[in-house]
Amino acid sequence: MDLFTVTSRLLIGFGENCIIFLLTLLFALPLGLVIAFGSMSKFKPLAWLTKIFVWIIRGSPLMLQVIIVYYGPGLMWGWKAMGRTEAVIVAFIINYAAYFSEIYRGGIEGIPKGQYEAAQVLGMTKSQIFFKVILMQVIKRILAPMSNEVITLVKDTSLARTIAVKEIIMYAQEYIAANAIIWPLFYSGVFFLAFNGILTILFGWLEKKLSYFKV
Amino acid sequence: MAVLEVKNIKKSFGNLKVLEDISFSLEKGEVLVIIGSSGSGKTTLLRCLNFLETPDSGQIFVNDEKLLDAGDKLEQNEGEKRRKRLHFGLVFQSFNLFPQYTVLRNVMLAQELIAQERDDFKANKKEILAEIKARSQQLLAEVGLTEKEDFYPHMLSGGQQQRAAIARALALNPDILCFDEPTSALDPELTGEVLKVIRELAKEKRTMVIVTHEMAFARAVADKVIFMDKGVIAEEGTAEEVFDNPKEERTKHFLYGAENK
Repeated sequence: MDLFTVTSRLLIGFGENCIIFLLTLLFALPLGLVIAFGSMSKFKPLAWLTKIFVWIIRGSPLMLQVIIVYYGPGLMWGWKAMGRTEAVIVAFIINYAAYFSEIYRGGIEGIPKGQYEAAQVLGMTKSQIFFKVILMQVIKRILAPMSNEVITLVKDTSLARTIAVKEIIMYAQEYIAANAIIWPLFYSGVFFLAFNGILTILFGWLEKKLSYFKV
Repeated sequence: MAVLEVKNIKKSFGNLKVLEDISFSLEKGEVLVIIGSSGSGKTTLLRCLNFLETPDSGQIFVNDEKLLDAGDKLEQNEGEKRRKRLHFGLVFQSFNLFPQYTVLRNVMLAQELIAQERDDFKANKKEILAEIKARSQQLLAEVGLTEKEDFYPHMLSGGQQQRAAIARALALNPDILCFDEPTSALDPELTGEVLKVIRELAKEKRTMVIVTHEMAFARAVADKVIFMDKGVIAEEGTAEEVFDNPKEERTKHFLYGAENK
């Protein structure tokens, strides 16, 4: 097995991981904010429902959720099955949105009441207060926990193999069975390390970008 | 004509009566200082004026316009409430500057947001924004922060932050500027610079309501003094009347205690 063949096969697999990663981020980031507002709602039934939802999603294994999203709709309601990758992405979006919502909530609730009051007294509307005054401070506050969660997401994408989505580790493992070699498996780890290395640098850069003010 | 008239304001938090039937009025250009021990309801009163708390009953008039009638159960819509609260400005004990903006942007922000609602904003955007900037720089000059306009709040001392907050509160030119213990969060050596700015504003005949524990300052700056105790106005009068010849026993007790601190 030469390096080139293995690299190109693993790259195909890692492409799948990247798609899951990117689409999950794209949808879970805004959805998490919606859930966060739900859990902070003054309308108590909504707040409770949201909290129960977050508890179930965070309290049960992502692997289980992936399997349920893939098989559940078909077996329970006779729906036409989703594509495997789509099912993984849907499960991931729900799961990560729940995690993100808790991070957002912590960030938003940590903003001193005085910031809202100062903005109110200056005649700002609710949306102006959120977007012009609060949001930037929240972003700065949640950057560190977010970077943790995002890095975890990169690694979690390999759970897609649970429902036989051909992601990088699945490809790498095939070499054990077919060729009795282990190095492609180590090599697949390098892809994750490199990707997370880039993310770490990116988050470090963002943190520096926002270091001009203190909250 | 009274610029501010407060009639029979009552406010409770649960079973705790914080304000019991507060009434007073204030003429244009007057400075009202409210004194009293912690928990006497001073801050709650200021917060009611600024719509941060809603009184259980009572009315507030500014320039004879009824801003608030707690007995009138009709919910005020947000827009109307926003317009009404702009009659007041508030300087907080803890400054509450927006940390992500420079001092100048802190002063400009609310003006810009309000300007954006003007019909001619799109057509004259440049002129309007330039005007706002010039006005804001003028205000910063008045509080002695011209050199700090590009600094972020965390780079400033507490006294400088509070002066910036005063400039910000002046930006929308409120009819009545309120101060909630503006120097209580400051080191003693920094209170002077803030009090000096407030004195200047008094000289310019700004109408102000000031809650403070600085008795010497209160006496110097006040046209009118209210002493609050347990949610009621225990005594009111000119600075001389209240400070030099207090009639009420509890006023004497409070002032004597304050002097011996």
